[in-house]
Amino acid sequence: MTGVTSESIVLFVNTALLLLMCAAALGVVRLRNLFAVVMLGGVYSFLMASLMVALDAVDVGMTETAVGAGISVVLMLSVLGLTKTREAAPRHRPLVALVVSAVVAVSLLYASGDLPPFGDPAAPAHQHVAPEYLARAPVETGAPNIVTAVLASYRGYDTLGETAVILTGGIGVLVLLLGARRRRGGVRQGGAGESPEGTGAPMLRDTVILRVGAKILLPFILLFALYVQFHGDFGPGGGFQAGVAAATGVVLYALVFGVASAQRVAPVRVVLVMVPLGVLIYAGTGLAGMLAGGNYLDYSVLAHDPVHGQHWGIFAVESGVFVTVSGTMLAIFYAFAGRRQAREEEGAGR
Amino acid sequence: MSPDDILEIASGACLVLGAAFVVIGALGLLRFPDLFARVHAASLIDTLGIGFLALGMGLHAGWSQVSLKLGFIVALVGLTSPVATHALAQAALHAGERPVLRSDRRDEGPLP
Repeated sequence: MTGVTSESIVLFVNTALLLLMCAAALGVVRLRNLFAVVMLGGVYSFLMASLMVALDAVDVGMTETAVGAGISVVLMLSVLGLTKTREAAPRHRPLVALVVSAVVAVSLLYASGDLPPFGDPAAPAHQHVAPEYLARAPVETGAPNIVTAVLASYRGYDTLGETAVILTGGIGVLVLLLGARRRRGGVRQGGAGESPEGTGAPMLRDTVILRVGAKILLPFILLFALYVQFHGDFGPGGGFQAGVAAATGVVLYALVFGVASAQRVAPVRVVLVMVPLGVLIYAGTGLAGMLAGGNYLDYSVLAHDPVHGQHWGIFAVESGVFVTVSGTMLAIFYAFAGRRQAREEEGAGR
Repeated sequence: MSPDDILEIASGACLVLGAAFVVIGALGLLRFPDLFARVHAASLIDTLGIGFLALGMGLHAGWSQVSLKLGFIVALVGLTSPVATHALAQAALHAGERPVLRSDRRDEGPLP
């Protein structure tokens, strides 16, 4: 085949993906039906993930799929269960915002002219520390996936900070939602004492096909989460993606079989403990390095030889990330679901 | 004609057929009158479209890890897509959506 090079195919795919993303973004801006907006947000994330895969950033693509297209859509939908589903039309013409956006966009476009060509090996980003990581990571950590080696070992402080950000975000959401519930009398476990049939959308409960389908899928989702977790050293994946995948499995179970059934699998108390526990595991791994005579978050001293130590350290901190991420996602989901249920009961009691 | 050529042609035919089903499904999604007919058209993409595309790619790849992965993808989509389609139609029915029948469309007149 002459004329069609792989480069032109890549260009075509990237252009198509970017155009579709523009269309999705325009839809989000123009539509007033918030259900459609949430779905378009998921579509946008999925397109972004495809673009990441096309750029060979599979780890980022996986995270974008799990977080952007997966759990955030579910969380947004559970928020929509609490609010109106139509956005009110703005009362003013957002001219100032339009001008600011246009100016920023034009200046960014102007600045992008000075960027090095895409994929240029002489670009500053590829000259600074990247060659060092690429050369040293396989020898020093024994992890073939250098993304994981950089994320969990070389830039361990950054990832500890990111995990702490998730913890902080989770605490913020929980304080807002649970604080309001406590004022109405005690933290409720979202109907733990009721029958499992008591919660969940009735139309989903009555669907045999959905139940069977979900039951067949669930083991594979959880197995996939564990695979992504433990295979993160070798292939794309790690604690963030695996944590979200595991939480998604439980959320699917909650959506089809009711929140009370899901809370018997992953009780609220356990989930709430998981949120800070993961950060403690992460930070504790750092302290263990100090106790063994190294620096904070230095894994080389954890085992009899440095490469094994790195293996253990990466495993430990990725487990910490998994625990915090899955716990936080589930806690936020439970908080929204429990709030909706409380409101329904209030409405029934009136 | 060597066996490789036959495989190549069969693979190409499957890819064209799969792509055709995707286009037909997309057309139906745009043109059909109500949600249920549109869902039906969209399910064509997920089953026949993806099935033939994966078969074409599998024939191209031969017995390898790639074709195994394609098989997994087809199995996953074959399981999830009908369930999702069913849930969508069920939810629409629950929300009060009713199929448009020929008898509802007065402008078309009775069936010949």
